Amino acid sequence: MSYRSHADLGGRHGFGPVVPEAEGELFHAAWEARALALTLAVGATGAWTIDATRSARETLPDYADSSYYAIWVKGLEKLLLGHGLIANAELAEGHARGTPRPLPRQLRAADVAATLARGAPTLRPATTPPGFAAGDRVRTRSGEVPHHTRLPGYARGKLGRVEQVRGTHVYADSNAQGLGEQPQWLYTVVFTGSELWGEDAAEGLTVSVDAWEPYLEPVT
Amino acid sequence: MTAHDDHDHHDQHASGELGEMELRVRALQSVLTEKGYIDPLALDVLIDTYQTRVGPRNGARVVARAWVDPGFRDWLRQDATAAIASLGYAGRQSEHMVAVENTATHHNLVVCTLCSCYPWAVLGLPPTWYKSAPYRARAVRDPHGVLRDFGVTLSDSTDVRVWDSTAELRYLVIPRRPEGTEGWSEERLASLVTRDSMIGTGLAKSPQDTQ
Repeated sequence: MSYRSHADLGGRHGFGPVVPEAEGELFHAAWEARALALTLAVGATGAWTIDATRSARETLPDYADSSYYAIWVKGLEKLLLGHGLIANAELAEGHARGTPRPLPRQLRAADVAATLARGAPTLRPATTPPGFAAGDRVRTRSGEVPHHTRLPGYARGKLGRVEQVRGTHVYADSNAQGLGEQPQWLYTVVFTGSELWGEDAAEGLTVSVDAWEPYLEPVT
Repeated sequence: MTAHDDHDHHDQHASGELGEMELRVRALQSVLTEKGYIDPLALDVLIDTYQTRVGPRNGARVVARAWVDPGFRDWLRQDATAAIASLGYAGRQSEHMVAVENTATHHNLVVCTLCSCYPWAVLGLPPTWYKSAPYRARAVRDPHGVLRDFGVTLSDSTDVRVWDSTAELRYLVIPRRPEGTEGWSEERLASLVTRDSMIGTGLAKSPQDTQ
């Protein structure tokens, strides 16, 4: 089955204006705050990776019709169900049945501050030299990718320039599929507006993405 | 249907979810608590953290320090993660920070077109518009139009760089220091630094704006 992300929005038309919002407005209903906290607390159990979380959300069939935190709730349910950690009947009843399968950790209230402060760094020791250097011209890979990936559609098959080498980082594509971290060199790659958008591009516009090495091929 | 109708539809949909989502989240929390997967008290601490402890005032202090301290500004350029951590801001969704500076001829704008990546430890949770389809779609193609939605017009001679946060690097825009602030304390300067100015959809306030 082909993989379809509904979250790859860069460059698409027809969504209307951006509506600014005051700094203090965080949640628009009590359940939104709870959805955030549930997602973080379950994420901290180590049951899956943040990349798997993004993959679960972006492939929700009703992604485009769901509000932001509704996407989080549906993504969380999907992962819990998919991993066999909860059952639909339990969700319907609001109660657990049977003996739960143990998870690696539980996030205790007393450990929240330290856990957030630690975060989840993705930089890993380099085991190979980088394939590209700052200033190199590259072309991004094109075509369909049959799994979660972080090269946006608008930046596929485009000519760009490596601006900075960012070290080796956990590779989102493999990590999302449960295939391990498989760290890869990460680069900030910059494109001119005209390369991405043609003649319509604003003068002086450049756009950059952070791209892992497998997304890039050399241009000679 | 016009683009604007589309937006209204989305808002209506979101408000129609309230009852259903409230019940759905409660059920999920009950099941996860009974299974021992979550500590419900941890949920309260998490919510309190992002409602009251972590927010854009953190980033404002980083910017104000950069404005008054050239050594700190250099450190931000070299290793933003360490420089920002020296002020006490680090961790989840800010593990690998990059600071980008606006100048008279160069403006930076940050987006995550694929989801909602944002430097939580420095700016708190992202605003709704940052996570919304209109911003994610247009920021990379029409940043000047997006800026107009925020009431910001850049001079014709200003180049725009849009940073799409596609990996785990998190970007903080250092806005230009407003004129007429010579000799101001860091604390007073920080009061001019808005959240939007650190995403790039705004500029720092001028002294006149605060009177």
